Amino acid sequence: MKFFRSSSNRTAAAAVPQKLTRRSSGMGEISRLLNSQELLCVLDLGATSANNIRFFTGKGHKNYSEDLLRSSLDPALRIQDSAGNSVVDSKKFLDENLVYANGQFDVVLCWNLPDYLEESLVKPAIDRLWSVMKPGGLLLAFFHTRDAGPDSTCYRYHVTGADMLEMQEVKFAPPGRSPADKQSPRLQRVFNNRHVENLFRDFASIKFFLARDAIREVLVVR
Amino acid sequence: MDAPQTGELAHIGKSVVIKGELSGSEDLYVDGNVEGKIELRNHSLTVGPNGNVKADVSAKSVVIQGKLDGTVNASDRVELRKSAVVTGDVTTQRIAIEEGAFLKGKVDIQKEGGRAAGLASS
Repeated sequence: MKFFRSSSNRTAAAAVPQKLTRRSSGMGEISRLLNSQELLCVLDLGATSANNIRFFTGKGHKNYSEDLLRSSLDPALRIQDSAGNSVVDSKKFLDENLVYANGQFDVVLCWNLPDYLEESLVKPAIDRLWSVMKPGGLLLAFFHTRDAGPDSTCYRYHVTGADMLEMQEVKFAPPGRSPADKQSPRLQRVFNNRHVENLFRDFASIKFFLARDAIREVLVVR
Repeated sequence: MDAPQTGELAHIGKSVVIKGELSGSEDLYVDGNVEGKIELRNHSLTVGPNGNVKADVSAKSVVIQGKLDGTVNASDRVELRKSAVVTGDVTTQRIAIEEGAFLKGKVDIQKEGGRAAGLASS
């Protein structure tokens, strides 16, 4: 399983980080909750973003940051399965990550994490999120549609307004490689609607927002 | 980034290992290993690119380029440079985070005298 995109066709222009913006209906709904209540607990599972910390703490909420995709690349987590394949040990991963009290969070921002996380971690991570969320809490996740190719860019998301996001390409060095050799994570799979519904089947409700950029936004109520 | 050039600066080099409680009334630059507790009150702590700190930190300002595992309490500001890897809760008035920095923990922005706290990304 490849976790990084090929770097053979990189160009000098591509080395300059590009920032794009998108309007997010899901983030709009999250913002409505954030604006209606105080002292909510927000868990941001994307790349650490000063924008997001400012946005949430500025509204008087508590912000927790945990870059789960990057944590999953820790070589110490890798084991061999019965077939001799190298996989991430999901038990060890959850011993070290997403360690919070049950029912702690009102809002969880997954962004595009499920699309890029290794297969063995997706369901255990979502199950853990169910445990650490409050009943009625909101979870936002983005899923590529099948129109997206395997080289779809992995973005980090900066909240710049109530329903506005700035997207910036995520790049980091694969484990064991030089920090200068940054690559973008590779899309691991494309979930269809039924897969998404199964993934969140323990949650109370799920709402899909379709967009024109081959992304489905999914807002899930715990 | 090089070590800050100030009049009073204690420097812990990258081959130095310290276990215990560090306190002082001057700025501190740590490029080695420190395990325990660091308390500088009105002074700054810089964790250099080779620094590996496993300690609860209390200082006026904290700049991190290396690795820090512990809580950070800065009365003024915290800067996470692009190579920073921080695991622990951060409490400060202002925080700046460069792209590439890794933070796992809670961020609590304390407001200064009722004024909205500032926060910037580099």
